[in-house]
Amino acid sequence: MPDTRGPASPWYKRLYDWVERRVQLEGPVKEAALHPVPKSTASWWYVFGSASLVLLILQVATGIMLGLVYAPSAAHAWTSLEVLNHDLPLGWFLRAMHGWGSNFMVAVVLIHMAQVFLFGAYKFPRELTWIVGVFMLLMTLGMAFTGQVLRFDQDAYWGLGIGASIMGRVPFIGGQLVHLMLGGPTISGATLTRFFALHVFVIPGMLLALTGLHVWMVLKLGINEWPMPGRIVRRDTYVQEYNELAHNHGLPFVPGAIWKDLVFSAAILFAVAVCAAVFGPYGPKGFPDPTIINTVPKPDFFFLWIYTVLSFLPPDMETPFILIAPVVAVVILIALPLVAGVGEKSWWRRPIAVFSLMFIAVCWGTWTHLGTYTPWSPVMNAWSGAEVPPDLLNGRTPLERQGANVLQEKQCRNCHALGGKGGLRGPALDEVATRLTEDQLYRQILLGGGNMPAYGSALSPAESTALVRYLETLHPGFQPAAEDASRYVVGEGGRVPPNSTVQRGAGQTKVR
Amino acid sequence: MDEKIPPPSPQEQEQRLHEERVSRRTFMMNVGIALNALVALAIATPVVGYVLGPVLRRREYLAWVPVGNVSDFPVGETKLISFQNPFTDAWDGATAKIPAYVRHSAANEFTVFAINCAHLNCPVRWFSESQLFMCPCHGGVYYADGSRASGPPERGLFTYPLKVESGKLLIEAGQMPTLQNKAKLDCPGAGQAEPPKIVARIEQCPTRGGQPAPGTNASTIG
Repeated sequence: MPDTRGPASPWYKRLYDWVERRVQLEGPVKEAALHPVPKSTASWWYVFGSASLVLLILQVATGIMLGLVYAPSAAHAWTSLEVLNHDLPLGWFLRAMHGWGSNFMVAVVLIHMAQVFLFGAYKFPRELTWIVGVFMLLMTLGMAFTGQVLRFDQDAYWGLGIGASIMGRVPFIGGQLVHLMLGGPTISGATLTRFFALHVFVIPGMLLALTGLHVWMVLKLGINEWPMPGRIVRRDTYVQEYNELAHNHGLPFVPGAIWKDLVFSAAILFAVAVCAAVFGPYGPKGFPDPTIINTVPKPDFFFLWIYTVLSFLPPDMETPFILIAPVVAVVILIALPLVAGVGEKSWWRRPIAVFSLMFIAVCWGTWTHLGTYTPWSPVMNAWSGAEVPPDLLNGRTPLERQGANVLQEKQCRNCHALGGKGGLRGPALDEVATRLTEDQLYRQILLGGGNMPAYGSALSPAESTALVRYLETLHPGFQPAAEDASRYVVGEGGRVPPNSTVQRGAGQTKVR
Repeated sequence: MDEKIPPPSPQEQEQRLHEERVSRRTFMMNVGIALNALVALAIATPVVGYVLGPVLRRREYLAWVPVGNVSDFPVGETKLISFQNPFTDAWDGATAKIPAYVRHSAANEFTVFAINCAHLNCPVRWFSESQLFMCPCHGGVYYADGSRASGPPERGLFTYPLKVESGKLLIEAGQMPTLQNKAKLDCPGAGQAEPPKIVARIEQCPTRGGQPAPGTNASTIG
């Protein structure tokens, strides 16, 4: 330490030296800041890790602020969020920052992970850094889920139900796991306090500890160099090669590389603030009263893809898939650096890695998109809210119009669209008559099948007749309704019909 | 910092460690560690019990809860009711209440369905016009008798054990139904893969009294 102390030094310098003589942190900090990194790592591609850290700090800071007001009681949590939103100055903004910060954090962490994967940064000697990172990802997602629970609204309540239902599928101990997760046999005050402890103490504590370890390993092992095709990672030569890159063709981390991290972090923080200011806080949505069942629970954005997957699984695959797939996914992520710890790092030479990533990204994007409009869910108010388009009623007989009434009244529209309105669970009915004959319509309606419930018990014979008569009219003017050939034969008195319907051009000239 | 002495060489370290290992001080340190481990164990055991508390309670949370008079439920109707959980805390708020459906199918024949979809526990809604329960989450649909009609659920709706006492309908409640604690299927075969015949599927899940739901037997719909 250069001895600059003396009466000539300004007071702050003397203060600094007084503290430094006692804490002796200057050495390690300088060492960490000035450690040489390969020149190629001073890139805009290397900013996502530091941005994740900055977002984590933002979450801790805003979380503490919210903790000053939030009441982790099932009876009061929702109200305390409303107080934050409406009664406290800028309370809404803090909630919005915390909510949007969470979205950004999950996004940036995923981008960071994809970048590390593409750049082969998980290979020797950084395997453990990756494995620790996998657990940090799980904790980040855990924070997102528990945070959604703390926003104690209807979505949170029924989201907990979904979680409990998944837990309940574990063989043998599922029932106990549900009670452990909920803090009792039902979702109640004990559930919220549990998730509060997880969200505020347990997971953040572990996440911060692992973050420290993760950053420590990055400092000790050095930042991954820019991968070049043909520069193979070998256990016996890599460290030497890396040190040469860092020392002979490198630059000190501060300020050579860090300025880009700083600029990007500032941009991310600004983006969070803008989103928070423009879009505002998330909810809370409806009051968490389970007796209000007119609700359509939906998870937050980053869990929509799971919501989609769960709706597409066949019933008998559901439990095995839910229980096995996550374990397999985590095992694959952890095993990745242990299995593929050496070799090529460059994406130009790792086509399987690149295509796996693209495949996962496309799947995730598709599922998330589907999750935004849930075509598998009945639209609960379509039967009363989505009217039959007038042009599908024009020129119908009274019986057929009565059939249209039955169609509305029996909630058919909850799953079937007409004129683009209604559920997407079943096929749209605008041209159903071209696909099903009269007999097939009766059969389908009364017996169900192909994922349609049987309406035999819910329709009187008169109602079914009217309904089928109406559905029979649902075909375009240029295309005839499907017709049962055997009926035609009967109608012809047993003689073979002269030509097929299409050859005759039946219906083509019919104008309604 | 400049006046740090150089660290001992590996050989020196090894030698020192060897000396330490056999010394009395090492022994005392090990005793200290052992004492700490013992105390930690003694303290931690009750804490484990504390954390596992919700699991260790054995069915004490179940109780018979009145959900209304028999006369409140007209025959042939399915009604949404709500009841208070048998055991609640002061801070449970609105979550102390649980909704359920009471079906009065024939004179004094009741079924009480849990609100929770057998798929992932979302609240199902009753549509009396089409005599169906529909789930808003993943499109599970159930018939009036609670048997599975379509969608991802692998079984029918969960039901509560019930009894009628002096004109009151009581159910045994207190636990959120999941596949694990109510996993025994109400009717044989409902969990099996799709049987070949549609009529067979409908017939195979009879309601409580052994009677098929009105209108769902083969003679009505076939």
